[in-house]
Amino acid sequence: MADQTSHTVKSYDDDIHQLRSLISQMGGLCEAQIIDAIDALTRRDAEAALKVVATDARIDALEGEAEKLAIQIIALRAPMATDLREIVACLKISSVLERIGDYAKNIAKRASALAQAAPIEPMVIVPEMARVVAVMVKDVLDAFVDRDPELALAVCQRDQTVDNFYSSLFRSLLTFMMENPHHITPSTHLLFIAKNLERIGDHATNVAEMVHYSATGHLISERPRGDDTAFATSAAA
Amino acid sequence: MADLNAGSVVAARNAADVVTTKMTARNVNVYYGAKQALKDVSIDVSQENVTAFIGPSGCGKSTFLRCMNRMNDTVASARVEGEIKLDGEDIYKGGMDVVQLRARVGMVFQKPNPFPKSIYDNVAYGPRIHGLAATKADMDAIVEGSLRRAGLWDEAKDRLGESGTAMSGGQQQRLCIARAIAVDPEVILMDEPCSALDPIATAKIEELIDELRGRYAIVIVTHNMQQAARVSQKTAFFHLGTMVEYGDTSMIFTNPSEPRTKDYITGRYG
Repeated sequence: MADQTSHTVKSYDDDIHQLRSLISQMGGLCEAQIIDAIDALTRRDAEAALKVVATDARIDALEGEAEKLAIQIIALRAPMATDLREIVACLKISSVLERIGDYAKNIAKRASALAQAAPIEPMVIVPEMARVVAVMVKDVLDAFVDRDPELALAVCQRDQTVDNFYSSLFRSLLTFMMENPHHITPSTHLLFIAKNLERIGDHATNVAEMVHYSATGHLISERPRGDDTAFATSAAA
Repeated sequence: MADLNAGSVVAARNAADVVTTKMTARNVNVYYGAKQALKDVSIDVSQENVTAFIGPSGCGKSTFLRCMNRMNDTVASARVEGEIKLDGEDIYKGGMDVVQLRARVGMVFQKPNPFPKSIYDNVAYGPRIHGLAATKADMDAIVEGSLRRAGLWDEAKDRLGESGTAMSGGQQQRLCIARAIAVDPEVILMDEPCSALDPIATAKIEELIDELRGRYAIVIVTHNMQQAARVSQKTAFFHLGTMVEYGDTSMIFTNPSEPRTKDYITGRYG
């Protein structure tokens, strides 16, 4: 699917290339934001966390640009078939990446709050979970750049690992909070951070679905649903 | 994730589920002298769907359209092989009345070509030569009905005696459609019916095609791919004399199977 020959009208190729590179830039920024936010969390560096919060505006601005360009291409070029699928995918991916950026920003905000609190033990799982999520985001963008449906599919399958991380973190945080009410504030922040990471994983699979659709014209059939531990009552946990 | 193949929402635009095959072509080959213009074209055209033929100039789409009511008979060097049937009857068989055939399979051309006669007589011409109206009142009814179905009645009713050639291009084309409808055809072939018209006149013709859909089997040849996408439910892509791909219009324009189709409709051809 990477065998895209050129359009007869060369400027059409330039437009699509520009749109795709905006998406790549957004993706690269998102990946860096996740890593930087978690880094700020583990190093308990409030200043670095605030920098991540500020950087999110750049992702928002890129989304606006991508949206404008995509609409312009649709209006002026009347894209068809592969082009149409790709531009629609870009439009949707840009809004998903913007959400991923928001989650990273939220993690950073909580990291700056946690920097003031006493460190808690379940914290150790989070960087590993974040690493898996960041690699998913990276891979799904590689799949986008290479128009590679197989890699996109592989990213979808990895979402289960993230869900498992989340379920296990949820259980240990719940136990932790029950043991000592003083742990409730930091544990809640950490729980939201884990939830944000889990959401980023879901969004990465959404991007993967769009990459797959754009490249093949076919939707990935319904994936199996994850574990519902998170909905269990505290007694069951 | 929403179904990007958009099932229910655009059902009305999609190809009909149950179709009646109106015309069939099997292994049609056409030669102009020694040059082969069409290679082994096989296709079914249904009553319920508008079928569009697209492809670059010289791909054979108009040649094929002209085979469907034997217009190629008028080209001395043309030779048609294979089988084309209308309601199961071979239109190339010996003894086929070509004039009668062309009444059943009407045609609208690229350039509006009304006769240099009154609007009324343009529409009445076909019914008159085929003896379809017994009385003046019958003929009036046919003329009015045809003009109404062609969406031209309101504009034409007060000027039926004026020359058809005095109308605007878009009106002339609708007059030609009314003329084709007047003999109550079963199939209407349209060869680039909008290429000489402005966008508003084009939109009116497209709306008309949509209204006529189902009542007549309609086949349209167009260079304008957006038009094919807008008016048809089935699309056939022709290239270098072969039919490369034939399928639901919604699939051809979102997810064509053949790389050549994709290259053509996305503007990567040649």
